[in-house]
Amino acid sequence: MSGETPFLRIKGVSKRFGGVQALIDVDWEVRRGEVHCLVGENGCGKSTLIKTVAGVHPPTAGTIEIDGRPVPSLDPAKAKALGIQVIFQDLSLFPNLTVVENVAVESTLGPALRPVQKAGMRRIAGEVLARLDFPLDLDALVADLPVAERQITAIARGLAAKARLIFMDEPTASLTRAEVDRLLAIVARLRGDGIAVVFVSHRLDEVVKVAERLTVMRDGRKVGTWPVAEVDQRRIGHLMTGVDVEHGVVARDMRAAPPLLAVEGLSRRGEFADVSLTLRKGEVLGIVGLLGAGRTELALTLFGMNRAEGGRILLEGRDLALRSNRDAVRAGIAYVSEDRLSLGLVLPQSIGDNLVLAVMRRLKNRLGLMPQARRRALAAEWVERLKVTIPGLDAPVRTLSGGNQQRVVLAKWLATRPRVLILDSPTVGVDIKNKQGIYEVVADLARGGVGVILISDEVAETFATCDRVLHMRAGRIVGEAVPGVVSEHEMEERIYA
Amino acid sequence: MPEPASGPDRAVGAALARWRRLRRRPETWLFLVILAVGTLFGLMAPGFLTLPNVIDLLETYSVQAIIAMGLFVVLVSGGIDISFAATASVAQYCAALLASRLGLPAPLVILAGLAVGVGLGCVNAALIHHLRITSIIATIAMMSVSFSLLMYFSGGRSIYDLPDWWTSRVVFYRAELASGDIVRVTLPVVLMGAMALLTWALMTRTSIGRQIYAMGGNPEAARRVGIDVGRLTYVAYGYLGFAAALGGLVQAHRVGESVPNAMVNTELAVLSAAVLGGASLAGGVGTVPGVLLGIVLLAILQNGLNLLGVSPYFFQIVIGVTILVSTSITVLSSRRGRRLRTLGEAPSHG
Repeated sequence: MSGETPFLRIKGVSKRFGGVQALIDVDWEVRRGEVHCLVGENGCGKSTLIKTVAGVHPPTAGTIEIDGRPVPSLDPAKAKALGIQVIFQDLSLFPNLTVVENVAVESTLGPALRPVQKAGMRRIAGEVLARLDFPLDLDALVADLPVAERQITAIARGLAAKARLIFMDEPTASLTRAEVDRLLAIVARLRGDGIAVVFVSHRLDEVVKVAERLTVMRDGRKVGTWPVAEVDQRRIGHLMTGVDVEHGVVARDMRAAPPLLAVEGLSRRGEFADVSLTLRKGEVLGIVGLLGAGRTELALTLFGMNRAEGGRILLEGRDLALRSNRDAVRAGIAYVSEDRLSLGLVLPQSIGDNLVLAVMRRLKNRLGLMPQARRRALAAEWVERLKVTIPGLDAPVRTLSGGNQQRVVLAKWLATRPRVLILDSPTVGVDIKNKQGIYEVVADLARGGVGVILISDEVAETFATCDRVLHMRAGRIVGEAVPGVVSEHEMEERIYA
Repeated sequence: MPEPASGPDRAVGAALARWRRLRRRPETWLFLVILAVGTLFGLMAPGFLTLPNVIDLLETYSVQAIIAMGLFVVLVSGGIDISFAATASVAQYCAALLASRLGLPAPLVILAGLAVGVGLGCVNAALIHHLRITSIIATIAMMSVSFSLLMYFSGGRSIYDLPDWWTSRVVFYRAELASGDIVRVTLPVVLMGAMALLTWALMTRTSIGRQIYAMGGNPEAARRVGIDVGRLTYVAYGYLGFAAALGGLVQAHRVGESVPNAMVNTELAVLSAAVLGGASLAGGVGTVPGVLLGIVLLAILQNGLNLLGVSPYFFQIVIGVTILVSTSITVLSSRRGRRLRTLGEAPSHG
């Protein structure tokens, strides 16, 4: 195998966006029919690498060879013609069209007035799905399919476009173990057909089972490529971050603390049902589960964004009627959303303005005006307390790194002096150093008596920060674990089972 | 491949699946509503359900139906256009000027009128695609600009001396009923049929039509699979410009003159017909038969209410409410769908 020319080989590839060096001198190859893992922290250059190979970003320096032949000016159309397909995490399907039309969409890319080849498209879709050994209703609308089947549709579309190398970006994030196994069986089948698959994933354990080699990226550089058999999880973690992160278990027994927020039988049709939980003063409570298990929906209801359709929410023993999130803020509940870019921050506005956004009411003086000095003082105080690295209070938030943006969002909500803080996936897109910083802030708040609910995709994260971890599945709380009593691995098994 | 079921089971299953799909189509419901409303008016207002009245209705609504075909394409592409009535007026007036003042021959006049329509549509597309102006804002602004220009340069004066080839009635089919009533199939109705057929073929049978559906469903994904979104924007708005201009020419044909402000305020009626027929304001959804049914329902309502002596304002209320209700239903059902998916997809808990 080693004597063969690889399907894809890139040499010395660099990519610079303005002042940011996203890729630095990367050499990499993917062999024919190989299953390859590409791992690294958020912002390490994985996506840039994929987009470079897919022709979306032309490299600033370096060469790309496909089938041993250099391809000097790769654009998306050329990359596709050469058999490179990317399945993005959002799958990029057309929900309003049928499975056939999605799978065989390439057939409609011909000349404008060419008649649609209905029979041909059907044949293509049928053949590809047969090859995947996965029966789907060809006439079903994609909007009606469950996520796992949409994923199959996306893969089928890649195959129909004669893919020879398929990138899959976080393909397992919303799948159950059984669905992942099915996906991996399909990947094995692709390999049999000589199609290479590159997985970009952070849930490695399962992917590692089918992969041959693994490449680790960090800070825009390739750290190295190894046969999967030679590296284990711990080593990979170390290679990805460059530091040995040994998260000790921090869980404390909080049963003696007074209850702060109690939820009884909370339900909202189609989102979650019969959720009961108690958050104690100073406690950090984790909620884990698959993507789509209803965690964010629960958080939004606790924050008053959506109304509960059944059950009660009690804050310090008193019934809380949340008609809107303003009621929640007034009651002392803060919510840091998972999507900070679109929901948490006003990107073009200054850091200072963002920081005081949630507390404007308090800053008003007797005339109902907001003195500039008060505003700046408050913003400066929080920048200092959360150690946000900023060029200045007047710089737009857009210019900050992910970790610092997240701190600004946190500070914005902490400025409301919440009693309950709900954090939804607070470290997505934040590098390891800043992650640690955010954990420290959480621990600090808890020591000050704030109750924290932390929603996370990563069991490791909750185990490093929480006193108790609840497991949510299909809209219900199905289990509870105390980190240390239950191991991280056991918890993962439960979630992905 | 799915396991083949035994004969009758399979037939029943297939029929069930077909019914389930049919039941979800707005066209099915619209058809039932039309039957109900039609019967109701037929009982309450004798003379409503006679063939001459129905054909007459069709002719009255032919202009709106022709323009609705264009609007339908824009809606499917994920955009919206409010300027079509202004476009139709401008195209009609320009053509009328060329015909009456310069006495140009018919083909040239028609071609010029259609070209003006397509041109104005392309200006919309340029604003929306290149300058990234939201389609509703861009087209409202364009409506104001082109209509005001028309009023400024025409001084609001109508053109009455249209040539004969334009205004004389063209009858394709004529029959006398036993009752003595005369049924005529005229040019506007035939053009409406032709536009519907053309639009249907374009949207369901050609590559570009399917690309427009794809773009309306997920523009980012469309870009990623290599669909030229810019070109499609021009096609959609250009096609609506064409349809509007054709509608404008037909309107002058029907009334025998060109009145600059004759077509203003038809925007909402056309829009509500398209939306009633299942075209989603969110894009990607809708069919030609649906839009036609939408037009038919509006025609029946207006005419029926008229025959019953209900104030014409009531009809305007119906149009406004229709748009509000159909769009809310779209939003609510998609929101519910999203919610139900959360529980539906997750594995059953043990």
